[in-house]
Amino acid sequence: MIDILQIFLSESFWAASLRIASPLIFGVLGALLCERAGVLNLGIEGIFVVGAMTGWMTVWLGAPLPVGVLAAAFSGALFGFLHSVLTVPLGLSQHVSGLGITLFASSLASFTYRTALPQVSSPPRIEPFRSLDVPILTDLPFFGPVLFQQTALTWLALILVCVVWWIMDRTPLGVALKAVGDNPEAVNAQGLSVIRLRMGAVVVGSSLMALGGAFLTMSAFDAFFFGMVNGRGWICIALVIFASWQPGKALIGALLFGMFDALQVRLQTEAGALVPPQVFLMMPFILSIIALVIVARRADYPRALLTPWFKGQR
Amino acid sequence: MRPWSAILIPVVAGLAALLLSAIPLAFAGAPILPAYAQMVAGVFGSVFTATETLTRATPLIFTGLAAAIAFRARFWNIGGEGQLYLGALAAVWVGTGMIDGPPILMIPLVLAAGAVAGAVGLLGPALLKTRFGADEVVTSLLLNFIILIFVQMMLEGPFKDPMGLGWPQSEPILDSAALPALVDRMRLHAGFLIGIAAAFVAHAVLAYTVWGFRARAVGDNATAARHAGIGVRRTILGVAIASGACAGLAGVSEVAGLKGYLTSDLSPGFGYAGIVVAMLAGLSPIGVIAASLFVASVFVGADSMSRAMGVSSFLADLIVSMSLICMLVGGFFARFRLRLRAAPAP
Amino acid sequence: MTSLAPGPPVGPGTPAMPGPILAMRGMTKRFGPLLAADSIDLDLNQGEVLALLGENGAGKTTLMNMLFGEYTPDAGEVRIRDPSGNEEVLPPGQPQAAIAARIGMVHQHFTLAENLTVLDNILLGTEPPFSSRRSRRRARARLHRLMEASGLNASLDVRIRELSVGERQRIEILKALYREARILVLDEPTAVLTPQEADSLFGAVRELVREGLSVIFISHKLREVLAFSDRIMVLRHGRRMGEMPTSEADVGKIVRMMVGEEHAGVDRSPGEPSAPALVLEKVSVPSSRAQRALFEVSLTIHEAEILGIAGVAGNGQSTLAQIISGLLQPGEGSISIGGKNVRRLTPARALREGIGRIPEDRYQDGIVADMSVAENIVIERLDSPEIQRRGILRRAAIATHAEFLIDAHDIRCPGPHARTALLSGGNIQKLILARVLEAQPGIILANQPTRGLDVRAAGEVSRRLIAARDRGAGVLLISEDLDEVLALSDRILVMQGGRIAETKSRDRAVIGAMMTGGSVG
Repeated sequence: MIDILQIFLSESFWAASLRIASPLIFGVLGALLCERAGVLNLGIEGIFVVGAMTGWMTVWLGAPLPVGVLAAAFSGALFGFLHSVLTVPLGLSQHVSGLGITLFASSLASFTYRTALPQVSSPPRIEPFRSLDVPILTDLPFFGPVLFQQTALTWLALILVCVVWWIMDRTPLGVALKAVGDNPEAVNAQGLSVIRLRMGAVVVGSSLMALGGAFLTMSAFDAFFFGMVNGRGWICIALVIFASWQPGKALIGALLFGMFDALQVRLQTEAGALVPPQVFLMMPFILSIIALVIVARRADYPRALLTPWFKGQR
Repeated sequence: MRPWSAILIPVVAGLAALLLSAIPLAFAGAPILPAYAQMVAGVFGSVFTATETLTRATPLIFTGLAAAIAFRARFWNIGGEGQLYLGALAAVWVGTGMIDGPPILMIPLVLAAGAVAGAVGLLGPALLKTRFGADEVVTSLLLNFIILIFVQMMLEGPFKDPMGLGWPQSEPILDSAALPALVDRMRLHAGFLIGIAAAFVAHAVLAYTVWGFRARAVGDNATAARHAGIGVRRTILGVAIASGACAGLAGVSEVAGLKGYLTSDLSPGFGYAGIVVAMLAGLSPIGVIAASLFVASVFVGADSMSRAMGVSSFLADLIVSMSLICMLVGGFFARFRLRLRAAPAP
Repeated sequence: MTSLAPGPPVGPGTPAMPGPILAMRGMTKRFGPLLAADSIDLDLNQGEVLALLGENGAGKTTLMNMLFGEYTPDAGEVRIRDPSGNEEVLPPGQPQAAIAARIGMVHQHFTLAENLTVLDNILLGTEPPFSSRRSRRRARARLHRLMEASGLNASLDVRIRELSVGERQRIEILKALYREARILVLDEPTAVLTPQEADSLFGAVRELVREGLSVIFISHKLREVLAFSDRIMVLRHGRRMGEMPTSEADVGKIVRMMVGEEHAGVDRSPGEPSAPALVLEKVSVPSSRAQRALFEVSLTIHEAEILGIAGVAGNGQSTLAQIISGLLQPGEGSISIGGKNVRRLTPARALREGIGRIPEDRYQDGIVADMSVAENIVIERLDSPEIQRRGILRRAAIATHAEFLIDAHDIRCPGPHARTALLSGGNIQKLILARVLEAQPGIILANQPTRGLDVRAAGEVSRRLIAARDRGAGVLLISEDLDEVLALSDRILVMQGGRIAETKSRDRAVIGAMMTGGSVG
């Protein structure tokens, strides 16, 4: 008991929670944008891989870190565009298209990486984002290490939560986005383009997902490994339901998840002798399923989610 | 979809994906025509390569059936990979010395154990869906990761082969439980025939039985099915059991037919490839046979080409995923034509 | 920008400008082999109400969709005269152009996002994507003035999902007015309203018309058309059959134009009700997002009678139908069928007890569109030995059976193995009716059985229901069309706010008052 209390009091625990949550924040925000507009994007897992690879490779080829971030976002947007073409104007199964995008994106990323680096025994490293170290603030007790020793990408994630919230709740664009995920006909009848709104949301959402991947190679680690995304994308799909499609709750969901994950890593070092390490590795996935089951009954799905819309047909 | 387009579209989609693969080939600096020639030779070059293709198709038939049956009922089982490992785990649990007997007894026993394990693996997401309304896409997907970690845990724990020089692998399957080879000195095994039989059984069940009728009705319109007195939850649970069992059999066939023991890298994503197979097959069980032969050819051909030309072996995955996307687009055009002809609006 | 009245202040005193405000010429649209609109001309004058009449498939919706740029016409043009008297041709196939020309439409299916507030729905599409919050305050003020002027009231900060259909209807009109519509198209606006709500709607629209609004009014209800419009235009099979001033029209004349023959009403002799077939005793259901509440609903359907339930949609009829179909378990109360108490009614049990169901939404609940006609015919009797033997379908027997019913009920389809999605709405209803009647049910639940059907198909459905009654079946007819209830029912109940009351009256005004809650208790 004491041990757990100590963990919760330690700065490093909270800093780690936020760090683990960061890629998920990007991913959940991206999934949220897509689903609010009525499009499920199961391409997320593959888009994470592509973002991770593209961001890393851009920097490895000599570009500065911010350019790497932009390149990652752009790569996500490309795959988002493909998914949006398949699911919005063509109205194909969002499930199957999304899985296709995941398979396509991750195999393309792996293929590109292998083709560029045919024979390397250990993955080459880049100089990743360093913690911001804001003068004075960093030296604050507790909040300094937790908040102000994070990297710029974590801050970007937090800022994006506010931006997405502002757009969804405070702008006519957000209203239109929510409307198109509820009743596309309402949007069409007002002369707005259902197709453009939905495609736009999927493209922007996918580029956010790719940033989640880029966080892994450019902030959390400093290299690209196969299998490094390891289900994080899928976890975001569960978290967005848990967050009932609201940016604020998405942040809370990702942070809760980060906390549990940070906790299990620490418990693992404490209780490692008693329980096989795999039990801890399973925890994030089991937690996600539990979270999903808890909210499933009262989940307020966007009404038009998964439903394609065609002009002049209702 | 009309019969001719049900065949034509996947064929065109597959060819289109193969053509598109010229782009990554060129990117990797490989000479394109020789590379294609090498791919063809890698599949049809000899009896060995041909049987290798059939061997590779075997697990894909099972996972393809798993996806096709579930998707027919609009139950999104994306957990084929996990169910495959559960089937394999059950096979080594039963087949490595727990009991022994003649093959006539052992083989059905191992198959049954794997099928049950796979079914149980999907029953979880199915119950979470019917009881709590939890989306089966997410639960079955996440379960893949949980199961794989669980298998690793078992392979480092109770299932570890004491003679395995410390490698995390299971004890070998008993000879009496192993699926016999079909061709002398080749790896092709009886699992292939079982897969084909399973496909025909699945086809017959879907098309000719009340159970299949119910599954299709629930898949096409669950609300109307419920209104017509069909037990939707029971049907979904039944479909989940059948689908999970098929994926479980994929694991059995790989362990008992090919590898002989279980490791945590038994499947290079057969569960996910099964989804591609099912879509290429237009969710038809008979089509699954043809589609898995195609996907297996791509894997075997591209692998052989990769080795010969020094191109990354991820090319195979790339072609398979592109064929899925081409298939989707092709299906759109078929439906689009149908819509134009059949639905003169209001 | 913020004028109260829609359009420029063209009051009664302003001299009328020459020529029509809207002129559609030679509008033609073809869908494959079907000529949905065949060179239709339409003129609309400022400040007039033009009623557009025709059976289903006559081309009304196609014509309006071309006006709104939803469909691109194969031929023809739409000319609009703007307030300063200039004529312009609307570019085809562009909804934005129609909106810019200030044509507003109130669709039959509401185009409201239920997860948004009234204000958000009205403002949707009128502001730049990132406009400031201050513009909302101005919009709010303008809306309040609009509501005052038109008499259409609504609270702006309520989510649409909490509003009744009548309220939603008003929001739709407000939405059009907020966009300063000069031409308003009302597509069956009263389908879901009580007679009183409809009257108040017409009152409000009349007021707007006096101030210069021009209205195209699509309706099936001839009574309303005669009372409310200035001019009537009739379409049939995509062609314009003619038009007349409303003052010169009467029901017989209109119907002749619509169907080409004098419309024969349904002949009905009174039924001879006998033993109770289905009894509901004080059935209550709590309300939820999925359904309206029921409060102690009791009713008895006797053999050989048609019991009509009148009422505005959304007053609990769907909940009642779900209970009788076995889709919903009542919270309290009891159900007995043929004198014996049924504890847990499921759809399968309902079928076994001989309850045939014609569902309200025939596409969603009635058929599996991707399955064949034959499969849809047998879907409710999969356990029957005629359909299966030991779990194996008897495909030949099923096909023969389907062919027989296709003939007997004149279901127009390519054959028993055709996908049901290919059938028209009327033929799908015939299929459902065939399936229900074939089972010789003792009780028939007919929920909106003629909704969306044309006069001929509706008459056929009515005749079949009466024939089933004469055979001894108890029919529960739920309909929002009061005329239909009056025409078919042996007894009439009225549903309002989840309660039910019987009426002996056959007076539209009396029943209408009950439908609005005037005298139900």
